[in-house]
Amino acid sequence: MIEFTFWDIVRNLLLAARWTVLLSLAAFIGGALVGLIVLFFRIAKNKWVKRIASGYIALFQGTPLLMQLFLMFFGLPMLGLRIEPWTAAVLGLTFFASAYLAEIWRSGVDALPRGQWDAGASLGLHYLQELRLIILPQAFAITRAPTVGFLVQLIKSTALTSIIGFEELVRTSNAINNATFEPFKVYGLVALIFFVMCFPLTQYARRLERRAAH
Amino acid sequence: MGYSLDFGWLAGAAGVIARGAAMTLLLIAVTTLAGTFLSILGAAGKRNGPKPLQVAIGVYVEVMRNTPFLVQLFFIFFGLPSLGVRLDPILAAMLAMTLNMAAYTIEIVGAGLDAVPRGQTEAALALGLRPRQVFVKIVLPQALKVIYPALTSQIVIMMLESAVVSQIAVRELTYEADMLQARTFRAFETYFVVTMVYLGLSMGLRRLLVSGGRRVLGAGVS
Repeated sequence: MIEFTFWDIVRNLLLAARWTVLLSLAAFIGGALVGLIVLFFRIAKNKWVKRIASGYIALFQGTPLLMQLFLMFFGLPMLGLRIEPWTAAVLGLTFFASAYLAEIWRSGVDALPRGQWDAGASLGLHYLQELRLIILPQAFAITRAPTVGFLVQLIKSTALTSIIGFEELVRTSNAINNATFEPFKVYGLVALIFFVMCFPLTQYARRLERRAAH
Repeated sequence: MGYSLDFGWLAGAAGVIARGAAMTLLLIAVTTLAGTFLSILGAAGKRNGPKPLQVAIGVYVEVMRNTPFLVQLFFIFFGLPSLGVRLDPILAAMLAMTLNMAAYTIEIVGAGLDAVPRGQTEAALALGLRPRQVFVKIVLPQALKVIYPALTSQIVIMMLESAVVSQIAVRELTYEADMLQARTFRAFETYFVVTMVYLGLSMGLRRLLVSGGRRVLGAGVS
């Protein structure tokens, strides 16, 4: 049997935490890009386009993330794609994030007064210019707090990818726990690492929220 | 590509899926009741309790909100036995879900309590009600009315998150799906059907909570 000292455990967990960070970043960036497209659909003038985007958002917000990951993991190989836990994890979390981010930003777009659109139009801007120059910058600015808040949720959600076999923090901790039989210490440390990642962001979101309230 | 979908196994599996869904609903029902109760105590304690209690509740909320539910679940199910507390999977799942949900609803209930005007308390005290009566009969019902929509969303989110407790072998919907796909070798179809069941459950649960809230609290939820 391999002997694990306390520092062995900590070192291995920290090495695995790199993957948690990387996955969170990849999913956040991917989710922002896809979310932007969903947002365009969601605020489009065409009723059917709007409805499709609403359905997309409702689907991802109304089903468990774990199921979405399973469907990615087992569904994509049927399309002939060779898929590994990393790919399924990134794609699954990207779609998950896109639905939430689109909905958050949509609330920002809706919160802007109608006059912003009118002013843009009266300056001779066409639709896309209006969005890029006037609407979206303001919508992003007023939804910064919930966006950061969602990032925290996303980081915590990466824990679920351990179930489909992605070698991140929680999966590594399961392996270490199986070797050391010290669940209290191992999972306590995992919780601590997640806390160190999430708490500053939570505080930052709270500060943004307070600033927005004034 | 040589893959074609096959749902032939579904007829024989309906009973198992229904049983799993019933367990999921039981879990969320217990969690909702226990979690709401706990968060009322927590929110009241954070406002009117002694200083150490206020700090303790604050720390509890931050710790739960900034760590994944899955890790909390493992900590409770695998970690607590080393302290001599051994829980069966269902109890561990209920405990983990309740503790997790309370961390979120303490903030929600707290916001509701803050939203009730101070004059309500003063008026009730002036009428000779005891402080506990004031809280239970005057302040709390008004607070719950205000926060009911937020509470509803949190309950639905928790129901979706409960899929994770399949990992400690609680025989709920996701666990049954895992077992089914191992038997039928139809992983995608199985998870697809179960995902749709979850979608139905979350929509139904939301509707139930909305109409229930209207009847009991008179709360306006859209």
